[in-house]
Amino acid sequence: MKDKIFKSILLLASCLILVLTAGVIYALVSQSINTFSTFGFFGFISSTSWDSVNENFGALPFITGTLITSILALLFCIPFSLSIALFNGEYFKGTKTSTVVSSVVDLLAGIPSIVYGLWGFYVLRPVLIDMGVSAQGFGVLLSSIVLAIMIIPYASSLSTEFISMVPNDLKEAAYSLGSTNLEVIRNVSLPVSMSGMFAAYVLALGRALGETMAVTMLIGNTNNIPSSLADTGNSMASIIANQFGEASGLKLSSLMAIGLLLFLITAIINFIAKYILKIVNR
Amino acid sequence: MENSINSENNKYVLELKEVSVSYTPGKNAVENVNAGIRENTVTAIMGPSGCGKSTLLRAINRMHDLYPEIKTTGEILLKGENIFKMNPMKVRRLAGMVFQRPNPFPTMSIYDNVLAGYKLNNISLKKSEKDEVVEASLRSVALWDEVKDSMNKKGTFLSGGQQQRLCIARAIALKPEIILMDEPTSALDPISTNRIEDLILELKEHYTIIIVTHNMSQAARISDNSMFMYLGHLVEYGTTKQMFTKPKDKRTEDYLTGVFG
Repeated sequence: MKDKIFKSILLLASCLILVLTAGVIYALVSQSINTFSTFGFFGFISSTSWDSVNENFGALPFITGTLITSILALLFCIPFSLSIALFNGEYFKGTKTSTVVSSVVDLLAGIPSIVYGLWGFYVLRPVLIDMGVSAQGFGVLLSSIVLAIMIIPYASSLSTEFISMVPNDLKEAAYSLGSTNLEVIRNVSLPVSMSGMFAAYVLALGRALGETMAVTMLIGNTNNIPSSLADTGNSMASIIANQFGEASGLKLSSLMAIGLLLFLITAIINFIAKYILKIVNR
Repeated sequence: MENSINSENNKYVLELKEVSVSYTPGKNAVENVNAGIRENTVTAIMGPSGCGKSTLLRAINRMHDLYPEIKTTGEILLKGENIFKMNPMKVRRLAGMVFQRPNPFPTMSIYDNVLAGYKLNNISLKKSEKDEVVEASLRSVALWDEVKDSMNKKGTFLSGGQQQRLCIARAIALKPEIILMDEPTSALDPISTNRIEDLILELKEHYTIIIVTHNMSQAARISDNSMFMYLGHLVEYGTTKQMFTKPKDKRTEDYLTGVFG
């Protein structure tokens, strides 16, 4: 009897989550219908206009802003997370040094987004200004660097796991043929863990896509497609964060539509990563 | 330890002198092993689990170097040269190794698996030389006819027995002096095991083979000489025939007659 009650409580809780998710999606869809019916789906995602006075809205600058900053962040993050993965999963596997390094990296993941934003604003931005990147320092480059640091823990902990999962007897086989450490990594460890690493980076990309606070503080809040790394812009998350308080009517609907798109893109990215992981783990 | 093989006073391709291996300081997994192994013979290392037979085998190609906590002492002479004074990469090229579980490189084709030793050592060969090495190596493990039309398939597509033969081909492609085999048939079915055993007898013509086995009848079938190890000690070393008919040590006899094991 008790067992049955417990079971039903669990079922209820799971159903509630499903209902909540469905509710969120329903709210996003129903509120963005106004925008999609006014501009059309493709009209909305391909328009660069963000004109509150004439009520003409398009999402292209923000989609571009999100993709550019996230992909750049991923590119910046790869060399570091790959090094950390090789350090912790190959060279110093199971040693104290590796425990220290991986705890510090995990610590990075625990720093709140707003703290990264603050650091980027007051520490990194002046550096970029001194380097002559741009007058104010805000923009795509600043956001991408901070984003990269934020996603390093995610990319590196997963890829460390995949590097250390390479079967020892494969590595020993390579050593037994007379290869050096580096050759084993290049010809055995990396190729064997390749697809897992790829999934790790796709998941990291997914995190970068939705990151809001730090990007909002650093990207410069201008509604244009960034023309260079030094240029300012807005990401999908940052335009919502910057404008939701004062929005109503068609503008609010457009922000909802951007929210829906961001949700879809992130969901697809995560799905791809999970799918690869599933294949890898088989 | 003196034994019948040493007394023949022939030239050895491999000589072990006071070889000890320890995983933790002060505790030897292999203790003071002395033995000489002659060219073109098959030597079986037998003994119960944990007796140090694999540990001894892995000392010969300096695999223990990969694990800093493992210490090897003594001398191992390969063609008269102390392997501990040689570059470990060179030692491992001269002493090929075949493992318990067939382990072809899963990301490489059959062709590339055979050439893996060259690739991993950055030795570049002309296409014609590559083809030659691949064909010769696969022929000598009797795999050529089975795979010649599927060279570009991944090595992991093959059956377990074929994979193990591929691994042997990979080891002999580098033309080693000796081949070390660590229970190479323990993961295989009886038919594949049979083929590997036949193969070992053929390979003996060109190579010196040392094989670790927990299978006494396998040792009896394929080896010329046998070592019996117990608790890290080389208890007895002699011709297989003599060991199986008139073992000198009581422990060897007990093991061979199934008193323990």
